[in-house]
Amino acid sequence: MKPLAEAELHTYIDGALSESARAEIEAWLASHPEDAERLRAYAEQNALLRSLYNPVLDEPVPPGLLAVRPHAGLRYAAAAAIFALGIGLGWIVRGMFIAPQMLPTSFARLAATAHAVYAPEVRHPVEVTADEEQHLVNWLSKRLGTTLKAPKLGPLGYELVGGRLLSGPQGPVAHFMYQDARGQRLTLYVSRQRGEPRDTAFRFSQEDRVSVFYWVGGNFGYALSGEIRREQLLQVADVVYKQLNP
Amino acid sequence: MDRRLIIEHIPRLRRYARALVGDRYVADDLVQDTLERAWNKFYLWRPGSDLRAWLFTIMHNVFVNQARRRRYEIEQAMEEVPAVSVRATQSEHLELQDVDRVLRSLSPDQREVVLLVAVEQLTYEEVSGALEIPIGTVMSRLSRARERMRQLLGDQGVMPLKVVK
Repeated sequence: MKPLAEAELHTYIDGALSESARAEIEAWLASHPEDAERLRAYAEQNALLRSLYNPVLDEPVPPGLLAVRPHAGLRYAAAAAIFALGIGLGWIVRGMFIAPQMLPTSFARLAATAHAVYAPEVRHPVEVTADEEQHLVNWLSKRLGTTLKAPKLGPLGYELVGGRLLSGPQGPVAHFMYQDARGQRLTLYVSRQRGEPRDTAFRFSQEDRVSVFYWVGGNFGYALSGEIRREQLLQVADVVYKQLNP
Repeated sequence: MDRRLIIEHIPRLRRYARALVGDRYVADDLVQDTLERAWNKFYLWRPGSDLRAWLFTIMHNVFVNQARRRRYEIEQAMEEVPAVSVRATQSEHLELQDVDRVLRSLSPDQREVVLLVAVEQLTYEEVSGALEIPIGTVMSRLSRARERMRQLLGDQGVMPLKVVK
């Protein structure tokens, strides 16, 4: 019997083989148990890798991927230029020129209320803590029917505390809480929006002591709330926005 | 230009990207970059040729460029784990997690080949075309990748997987 090339052995588990080729390999394997064991292990690898990754096929495709359009690169370049020109101030000015009927101010009020209720909570500020961040994000993503991200605000001094599920007028709301070294808390309120996907500029609302920057991105409304100065909150909102819209 | 042509491939692009880079968001970013590039170069695609293979080629190029630029591939800092004889009885109860961990320990070159063959079930010729490498290189990478995985999985519990410098 002529020795089989390594490639032919792999063909046995991967490819469509002719009857004669298959018989030839099987004859070889019958007298070479080490090769047979090797192929058994490789075939098992195939099966394990498929069972590990095939479930991705059943996941809903994130709307962001379905929305990719030709020449997005140019739009991103333009967006980057706008950012570069207008850090912070640009957004405020832009906000003044964009019709304010996009999102009812009640959205900001809801977010501020949620902030006011949960931020002072000492023992149970969140339902799922940051220790289980992946679980938290997966859970809330599933409930909102999208792929959420918990923004990373470490460079600004805010670490994720955790999050919870809330109910809002449009159904489930994802609520993430952050905290700095002094215990100052910020919350990010994310809820699905009615109507066509759209994008709005940042808008600001002062609800009693709670400052809120809020905006719409695609099908979702976002509100960042905190009892900190407007300028500081804007800085954080800008980072949140960029991370959610890279 | 028919968007549906590309859109119907997104689930499989996501599966491949997830397996390739591990992290869900990094993977979807990779898919997004791939789709953008595919859209902008769609005029280069020859109608009638295999769109899926073409998309894999684009993803491969994006992946290689990103890996070069951002150095995702921290696994590459890991040393080769020495080959130790296989204990056959241990391969009976392989955990999926272990398989994933071992997959991460492969070089990106090897991981691409093994995933395109095992998960995407491309033929060797298709892999050769998608990665733009000779078929002999496909076979040698596949062979090395599988053998390395076999040894690492066989060594479960014998020695820690991570040997970090």
